[in-house]
Amino acid sequence: MKVLSKPIMEKWQYTDLLRQMLLIRRFEEKAAEMYMRGKIGGFLHLYIGEEAIAVGSISTLQPQDYIVSHYREHGHALARGMEPRRVMAELFGRSGGTSKGKGGSMHLFNAELGFLGGYAIVGGMMPIAVGLGLAAQHLGNDSVTLCFFGDGAVNEGEFHESLNLAALWNLPVVFLCENNGYGMGSPIQDTFAGTDIFRFAPVYGMNTPGKIDGMDVFEVMDATREAVDRARKGQGPTFIEAMTYRFRGHSMADPMVYRKKTEEEEWRNKGPIIRMKRHMEELGLLDEAEMQALEAEIEGIVEDSVEFAESSPVLPHEAIYDDVYA
Amino acid sequence: MASITYRKAISRVLKETLDSDPRAFMMGEDIGTYEGAYAVTRGFLDKYGPERIKDTPISESVIVGAGIGAAMGGARPIVELMTINFSLLAIDQIVNSAAKLHYMSGGQVTVPLVIRTVSGGGNQLAASHSQSLEGWYAHVPGLFVVAPSTPSDAMGLFRTAYRDPNTVMFIEHSLLYGAKGEVNDDPDFTIPFGKADVKREGDDVTIITYSRMTHVALKAAERLSHEGIEAEVVDLRSLRPMDTEAIVQSVQKTSRAVVVEEGWKPMGIGAEVSARIMENALEYLDAPVQRVASLDVPMPYARPLEQAVMPDEDRVIEAVHRLF
Repeated sequence: MKVLSKPIMEKWQYTDLLRQMLLIRRFEEKAAEMYMRGKIGGFLHLYIGEEAIAVGSISTLQPQDYIVSHYREHGHALARGMEPRRVMAELFGRSGGTSKGKGGSMHLFNAELGFLGGYAIVGGMMPIAVGLGLAAQHLGNDSVTLCFFGDGAVNEGEFHESLNLAALWNLPVVFLCENNGYGMGSPIQDTFAGTDIFRFAPVYGMNTPGKIDGMDVFEVMDATREAVDRARKGQGPTFIEAMTYRFRGHSMADPMVYRKKTEEEEWRNKGPIIRMKRHMEELGLLDEAEMQALEAEIEGIVEDSVEFAESSPVLPHEAIYDDVYA
Repeated sequence: MASITYRKAISRVLKETLDSDPRAFMMGEDIGTYEGAYAVTRGFLDKYGPERIKDTPISESVIVGAGIGAAMGGARPIVELMTINFSLLAIDQIVNSAAKLHYMSGGQVTVPLVIRTVSGGGNQLAASHSQSLEGWYAHVPGLFVVAPSTPSDAMGLFRTAYRDPNTVMFIEHSLLYGAKGEVNDDPDFTIPFGKADVKREGDDVTIITYSRMTHVALKAAERLSHEGIEAEVVDLRSLRPMDTEAIVQSVQKTSRAVVVEEGWKPMGIGAEVSARIMENALEYLDAPVQRVASLDVPMPYARPLEQAVMPDEDRVIEAVHRLF
């Protein structure tokens, strides 16, 4: 994080970024607890540690923009403004959930907010992002599509097909690779023969700021803002590689035998929330009382999300056949 | 009513669509400059320009995925996969995304996408280029799968496919492009999904089929007529949804059924049709349902061998004879 002697935004803007990251963190900690208590089934992939990327990048979008993401997408959904209670209800599989309990943790959607899905097939969202960009270009509107994917997607054919076509047709898409160093339990050096993912960008004739610090919300904001502006002006796609780390396992089922504790500790000390908090304190924008108030506010939202989810019924069985066809 | 080829009919209905809806555009491999592997889009690039007739790289997955995204984003893409064999490179997008996004989003998003592709053998293109895989897609809830056998059906079904808010696999057949038939140019002439068509009436046996095999069945029926067997030929037209009622009605009348398909027999369309007959009309049957399909092998290249693999009139007639 760049050392700045004075604030570059209003205090409320700093607080807002911190609030969003903290909401994602506490929401997911609660989701993990609910998973352990058997309230949530299936897979639960936590974004904990990577919050700066979702919050920083999505803060640069306009309402007409689209987001597609992967299966570790609770953070992106919340940062886009999806209601925590509806998201929690989806994790619980209840009718009050964002997809009425038919999608689950890996398939969050909010069409009104342009949040067009978590995709649980690695790389599967990338061609769809290209298509959303194509729709904007064809219909002549100024929507930009922000596409999140992980380092694991790089070895899928769809990664290459998508980068090539987006660049070839100069589409308004921002490809944001969240490189957390592991594809499930495999470290990237065991699965990727190259050294830097972003180097694919110039191969496909695409802009890239290169690697950025994904733990620094400001660096993510700056890189994404520039990329989104360029896309909106018709100057084509950008590829961003944001370096990050997930503090928890791949999913709740992960025993985490493949990482060293020292490595985890090192990244935790660089965590996006700790750094943001320290940074705000240094600038005189946050004191202990304000932090406590923020935590209390978020605890209230998270508790409410669980209460809402608990009280929301499961869809009646007759509804199983609904929504197969429009 | 004018008589035109299957190729011309599809070409005409595509133009009608592009002319009437500015949201519509086409993309696929070699549909523009090359004018289509089967010349369906001849003259399209000149008429509509590269913004609406998009030549793509040979990247099937992103062709379909971009179609899905564009459809979700409010455009109306018509995607061409040069053959159904190549659709396997896009099957993840078709099955995991197109078929499921409406459901997984709890009904929030729709994917109004038409995927045109070409099925079948008979061109000596050997095993990787001669398959009839439409049954794979018909297996998947969330997709519609149609396979017209005539120019008129192609136009009527395409209009329905384009206007439908869901993803439709529109299966053409490479050996039908030259087949002629009368068509209805009224843009309101549509054929609903799940509606089979009795292409020939008869009281003695029902032959249930679709796509090119409809023509094989009709020729077989003419020959059977000479020996006093009147076959009813039911062209399914739509594989998902499938018109169980039409199948059952005909079998109730004839008490005998043969299913003819160009795909392989195991887990195939014939198996599905037979099961529906058993479930709904078993007591009407005078004999077990017969299935005629391609031989259970990868398609060989040599012409006589290829011809031996695919169902023909003789095999349909033999199957009918087994019922009497």
